[in-house]
Amino acid sequence: MLAYALKRLLSTIPVLWIAITACFFILRLAPGGPFDGERPLPQAIKDNLAAHYNLDKPLIEQYLIYIGNVLKGDLGPSFINQDFNVAEQLLSGLPYTLTLGTSAFVFAVLAGILAGIAGALYKNSLPDYLLGLFILLGLVVPNFLVAPILQLVFGLQLDWLPVGGWGDGSIAFLVLPVVVLALPHIARISRLMRGALIEVLNSNYIRTARSKGLSRTRIVVRHALKPALMPVVSYLGPAAGFLLTGSVIVETIFGLPGIGRYFINAALNRDYGMVLGTVIFYMVLIVVLNLIVDILYAWLDPRVRTQ
Amino acid sequence: MKIIQQAAACTLALMLYGAISATAWAATINIHNGADPTSLDPHKVSGDWENRIVGDIFEGLVTEDPNAEAIPGQAASWTVSDDGLVYTFTLRDGIQWTDGTPVTANDFVFAFQRLMDPATAASYAYLQYPIKNAEGINAGDITDIASLGAKAIDDTTLEITLEQPTPYFIGALTHYTAFPLPKHVVEEKGEEWVKIGNIATNGPYKPTEWVPGSHVTTVKNDGHYDAANITIDGAKFFVLEDESAALKRYRAGEFDILTDFPTDQYDWMQENLPGEARVAPFAGLYYYVVNNTKAPFDNPDVRKALSMSINREVIGPQILGTGEIPAYSWVPPGMANYGDPVEVDWKDMSYGDKVAMAKELLTGAGFNADNPLKLQLRYNTNENHKRIAIAIAAMWKPVGIEVELYNTETKVHYEELQNNIVDVGRAGWLADYNDADNFLNLLKSDIQYNYGRYSNSEFDALLNKANETTDLTARSELLREAEAIALNESASIPIYYYLSRNVVSPKVEGFVDNAFDIHRTRWLTLSE
Amino acid sequence: MSNALDSNTENELNGELSTGRSLTEAALARFRANKGAMAALFILIFLILAAFLGPYALPFNYEDPDWNAFKSPPSIETGHYFGTDQNGRDLLARTLYGTRVSLIVALVATLVSIFIGVSFGAVAGYFGGRLDQAMMRFVDVMYALPYILFVILLMVVFGRNVYLLFAAIGALEWLTMARIVRGQTLSIKHREFIEAAVAAGVKPITIVFRHIVPNLVGPVVIYAALTIPEIIATESFLSYLGFGVQEPLTSLGTLIADGADVLEVLPWLLWFPAAILVALLLSLLFIGDGLRDAFDAREH
Repeated sequence: MLAYALKRLLSTIPVLWIAITACFFILRLAPGGPFDGERPLPQAIKDNLAAHYNLDKPLIEQYLIYIGNVLKGDLGPSFINQDFNVAEQLLSGLPYTLTLGTSAFVFAVLAGILAGIAGALYKNSLPDYLLGLFILLGLVVPNFLVAPILQLVFGLQLDWLPVGGWGDGSIAFLVLPVVVLALPHIARISRLMRGALIEVLNSNYIRTARSKGLSRTRIVVRHALKPALMPVVSYLGPAAGFLLTGSVIVETIFGLPGIGRYFINAALNRDYGMVLGTVIFYMVLIVVLNLIVDILYAWLDPRVRTQ
Repeated sequence: MKIIQQAAACTLALMLYGAISATAWAATINIHNGADPTSLDPHKVSGDWENRIVGDIFEGLVTEDPNAEAIPGQAASWTVSDDGLVYTFTLRDGIQWTDGTPVTANDFVFAFQRLMDPATAASYAYLQYPIKNAEGINAGDITDIASLGAKAIDDTTLEITLEQPTPYFIGALTHYTAFPLPKHVVEEKGEEWVKIGNIATNGPYKPTEWVPGSHVTTVKNDGHYDAANITIDGAKFFVLEDESAALKRYRAGEFDILTDFPTDQYDWMQENLPGEARVAPFAGLYYYVVNNTKAPFDNPDVRKALSMSINREVIGPQILGTGEIPAYSWVPPGMANYGDPVEVDWKDMSYGDKVAMAKELLTGAGFNADNPLKLQLRYNTNENHKRIAIAIAAMWKPVGIEVELYNTETKVHYEELQNNIVDVGRAGWLADYNDADNFLNLLKSDIQYNYGRYSNSEFDALLNKANETTDLTARSELLREAEAIALNESASIPIYYYLSRNVVSPKVEGFVDNAFDIHRTRWLTLSE
Repeated sequence: MSNALDSNTENELNGELSTGRSLTEAALARFRANKGAMAALFILIFLILAAFLGPYALPFNYEDPDWNAFKSPPSIETGHYFGTDQNGRDLLARTLYGTRVSLIVALVATLVSIFIGVSFGAVAGYFGGRLDQAMMRFVDVMYALPYILFVILLMVVFGRNVYLLFAAIGALEWLTMARIVRGQTLSIKHREFIEAAVAAGVKPITIVFRHIVPNLVGPVVIYAALTIPEIIATESFLSYLGFGVQEPLTSLGTLIADGADVLEVLPWLLWFPAAILVALLLSLLFIGDGLRDAFDAREH
């Protein structure tokens, strides 16, 4: 298993390299530079800035310098936030993004699985239809629409929760962003769970178990749950990735200081180092998460384990 | 290893953050500040959101009063030589950095030299170009940095020599490019001097915490000479670029001041939060650049037709909803040493007559229904810019002008404006200092901000002559003459004069609307 | 955003589908019997007709302001049934136009994803061996990329360009398609008619595109139907971030993003486009589900 994990990690290095290279050159092809803005700078000052950040060197040399620095673990300076380098900013945003992402992940998985089980057990009855409707809405209503509505209802009209910000980091500040981020994934997970559980409950060995007179709860918990979880687990890897990238919007609307926000800001501001840093960071994170999911999958499914 | 240390430092900072926010501050003001600041280093910043923080924690020779007018700051007094070239400042007694070191004239000299040093790459250095040799040093033509016209006579006396008499120089010294720096800290820590923990400041507040993407916290500096009169104990400047979300948080009591608001909500706020939304004239001009070097826009009649057929009267009240004042002049009203600006001669015609005349002008230039004038109108991403562009395109349509709207993000927009590849493009200018020359310069030949490449030697000569004139009345006459020429040739299309938009909680007192939209925390008070 | 509308769809499609004529007919009969899916189909047809024909029946177009009716609420008297926006433009006209743009984006992007996904999957599946392994490894790796970041990057770099939007979104959605097509190809490449073609000396690439691809229509269509709502959602996400189409064009995502800011003061600007988007996505979802169930032999 360890060798497998290592191999997986190693095989992502070329991908990472290609992605970095592509991003690096795409960014430089982009019109507009980091020092263009509402106030144009005199050419002398622009030259000074370019020299300061090595931007006056030939592109290929800049690229080699960058790659060299990355290999040394140095992600370089940031243009928009000059008092912090790229690594410092990413590390400063990491706890927020991880807290938000993990909470949303756990919430989505638990709520999705429970809703899926409920849907399967009460198949084609009123609770199933109500859940189904709610889930469909979660699936089709975009999160940039849900967020302002929830802010308005729970933050202003009912005044139960803060409208935005991180505040003192207490749970109250997390509730709305986590719900908004998790909603579409609750929907997806519960759909997967419901479908898989219905199928398992119809399978022969469950019928056998039932004919032996085992209670329904016992059948579900002991026998049906684990196999029914397989499709859910295979969705968790992608879901973790979507939660991370989904945090871009949620962090913007709620004004949270996570990493997702940096990305768009950095791209718009031509903050080359910051864009590349964010991409590298996200890729590594997603690869690791996918790996964890794979290992979990292997643990659940003996067939994969023995392969 | 380095990353691990950073992670540890980061965790520590978070723990401190928790500890700090657990203790409630008696009077901490929460300010919605827009974008993330670039730096706390006055030489590296360029935006009004950065000015709000940097201007609270540092203080120059002169500073702004609640009306944003210059009053003595670190300097107790100054004298100006008769030829207007040499300023001699005497610093206050007992001023000190937050680490206890005295602020001396050398700190100012050091800061000015660093500002002009090409290696610093300070983006706003040009604002202090009136200082002798500044431009030469900054451009790398003069390598002896010590030749800069800023000298410390002794610890408390500073002498600044200018290139030419500059009536607005004292005003320019309120700008953050003129702030002193703690020479001892910068020399000891190098680039790291500006980090929380290293930084020493001399303003009414000192920074204590910065969570990138979230907020900067400042705390009152008890060593400041005016500390006894300052009632707000600290400020939190929040990063949040979504104005609608910011307004919601304001309504929930999470912010005390919003430094902008979505114009659509203005009516609603006047009804539901009476008196809290403030709109005030702002020394700035919103205008459309017309490419003077490209046919057919090199024809003044075509430019005039474009300008005349814009119904400016509906833009403020109807399109924006905050009542921006229509602009028929190039210099906004109320600039110092200027008087009333010159206005276009067709200002008072009815809109119907303007449209008729615009059509005639276009016909004269060879355009008609079969051969309509086609142009691309570019604007940078922003709800209001978009709305105005849509409205103006619709106003031009009946005159027989076909408009293609083209929206790009800010960086691209300005690069294209500078590269002169735009037919008609949106631009704006906020005064750097209180003088008409700051606006007229935008139309001078060979000036980088002259996006439309308007070029008229008579206009240039008048501006140059005005710069050498010390008599303020004669100077303003020259500037007005120049403005009349530019307007007559429709060098560019002024649209409206900016308004500042703030939302101020009734808990905050001492917030005075002013033409530069500068409101230092030291003048405010906060009640429960 | 996501191309994993339903991960198990992929497995089902790979495992269970077959494309015989009678089976297709049976499946279509099952689809017709599915009331929810049929209702959804009618709603979708109505929306498509409204989006493409509706604008011709309106007195207002989507770009010209009505100078007498700025920010006017929905009203029968003024003829602005959905109200007007802050530029005095008729919201009904804009919503219909926006629906049209969203549908076109979805259609073209789906075609792009089908084109890439089918070619890639069929080639990998047919040739098998090392090539297959390498190609599928590539797909695995691409799954791990924070794709939306690249799309944002492209939109930032090359500006607001409809064609780029098509290509970028299409390129985002082809991965699952490639996997499904590969699985299908594996299952049919040893059928007699393929072996016959091989024996007749037909070139491999011709076999792939002449004989294999046409037999994949069923699963491809079903998966494409499931992809369309994803694409519409992605488009509105990009529009929300400010990378949508240029004014005065609009899309549902752009309208909703603009409307969300004025939720309290000009609510109609949000609710109408949002309702249309939700109706559109729901109907597509029901149709996709209906198709999948109809073709899925297990439940019957």
